[in-house]
Amino acid sequence: MTTVESAVGTTKTMVLNMGPQHPSTHGVLRVLLELDGENVLSAVPDVGYLHTGIEKSCEDKTYSQAITLTDRIDYLNPLGNNLVYCLAVEKLLGLEVPKRAQYIRVMLVELQRISSHLVWLGTHALDMGAMSLMLYCFREREEILKIFERFSGQRMMTSFIRIGGLALQPPAGWRAMVKRFLDMMPARIDEYEALLTENRIWQGRLKGVGYLSPETLIGLSTTGPGLRAAGVAFDNRKAFPYSSYEEFDFEVPVRTESDCYARYLVRVGEMRESLKIVRQAMEKITDEGAFKAEAPGIIPPEREKMKTEMEALIYHFKIFTEGFSPPPGEAYATVESPRGELGCFVASDGSPKPLRVHFRGPSFVNLQALPYMVKGQLIADTVACIGTIDIVLGEVDR
Amino acid sequence: MTQLANANASVVVEQLRSWNAEAVSQVVERRGETTIVVPRHMLRATAQQCRDNPALKFNLLSDATCVDRFPIEPRFELNYQLVSLDRRERVRLRTSVSAQQPIIESLVPIWPGANWMEREIFDLFGIRFEGHPDLRRILLPDGFEGAPLRRDFPTEGKR
Repeated sequence: MTTVESAVGTTKTMVLNMGPQHPSTHGVLRVLLELDGENVLSAVPDVGYLHTGIEKSCEDKTYSQAITLTDRIDYLNPLGNNLVYCLAVEKLLGLEVPKRAQYIRVMLVELQRISSHLVWLGTHALDMGAMSLMLYCFREREEILKIFERFSGQRMMTSFIRIGGLALQPPAGWRAMVKRFLDMMPARIDEYEALLTENRIWQGRLKGVGYLSPETLIGLSTTGPGLRAAGVAFDNRKAFPYSSYEEFDFEVPVRTESDCYARYLVRVGEMRESLKIVRQAMEKITDEGAFKAEAPGIIPPEREKMKTEMEALIYHFKIFTEGFSPPPGEAYATVESPRGELGCFVASDGSPKPLRVHFRGPSFVNLQALPYMVKGQLIADTVACIGTIDIVLGEVDR
Repeated sequence: MTQLANANASVVVEQLRSWNAEAVSQVVERRGETTIVVPRHMLRATAQQCRDNPALKFNLLSDATCVDRFPIEPRFELNYQLVSLDRRERVRLRTSVSAQQPIIESLVPIWPGANWMEREIFDLFGIRFEGHPDLRRILLPDGFEGAPLRRDFPTEGKR
């Protein structure tokens, strides 16, 4: 059990309980800090306060029903969670998704990446004492959420990506909406950078803080911006392309300093690259075309067909009462979420409900690096380190 | 044995077989994914070989998880997803653990990142990891009874 007593050392040190309600722990993370004055001797993260048993609940739902639960894992990246779950089930089924649906998926998850990085940037700047930036970041994030609302009717828990494609056709007027955002955003990112990048306080708080060598990070299974800030250009979109990412032209921002400042620069660079991808995706998405695969018995038929075709009506009834049964086997799909490698492992026993659904949350795995990062640093640096690991407690605890 | 469609997969299997003929008990190829079934007592040595063999270099442990095949025995199947960052390749190691003896070698000495993944499996499935430096519950409260992700544990909880 993680107690104050078990963390007490032999020297005259003090144990401080940081969290689970501390504002800089971004939710309900509890960290036990053993302090010598202001220096951190050791840190023991304690997680699980938000555990909701999503993986167990998935086993009691049909494959399609479980999508709504995936939204709630990493609540800053719901579309990414939908995507990785659907990719895993599609792999299990051997289902091919139409190109147009793949491009729309790419566009939406890249918008999601920008919105997630905006929340990160705003809250992290707030932790470091720069208050105004949070208001700017949330203002722009709102524009992205409006786009999602237009697409799916939901701002956050969209459940828009479905097995075999998407829930709906893109709405009327989506192009103008996304274009308006794309035109506005580059100048806004310049604005954030003008406020932070050369800011002496910002640099003083982040530069040289939380260094870990690339070898240590790989050993700790860290992925995402944390690993790329250490000079390892590992990005699932490039290394193991999914959803037609190989057709897009973009760079993977890499730094070598491996400190909090480098992680900040990598994320800002990623926002700019995501804008490039969204722009390319917009050109690739045609106005007409399929938004889901043709697979009777797995993908619900069109409403119109149900009124004229007996078969469509039967399939609709079967899908929504009993579900579909993928062949027995396992599949592991991975995507690059804003926080790193997001994996989904699905095992089927040939019944309409999954035998096992497991999410490899990058927040959960990356958080292991925290004790290594903060050892010997100051308490204030602990706040910077927690911030730049970029955890979402919903994903840590699932 | 299944025919190997993937050329890279055969490299991994070949390398492991030439290192130790007993390391690979079965190879499953499905939808572009390679699963190498390893005998239970060979897991840590095989994982070490996967990381250190210069032709394999699986340096990152992406994920470790368990599947409960209740009532089939041995019921627990442990899956380790390995990634080689240099060679851009993935492979899955699998081994089985029985309900009578739910204990397996820990991979923390090879990948420190296995620490929390194994704690999660211990917490939710009740499988013990030999040689783990800090085997405690991680997601559930300390006083919790049972292993909720086992198939014989009711979803609505025990009353």
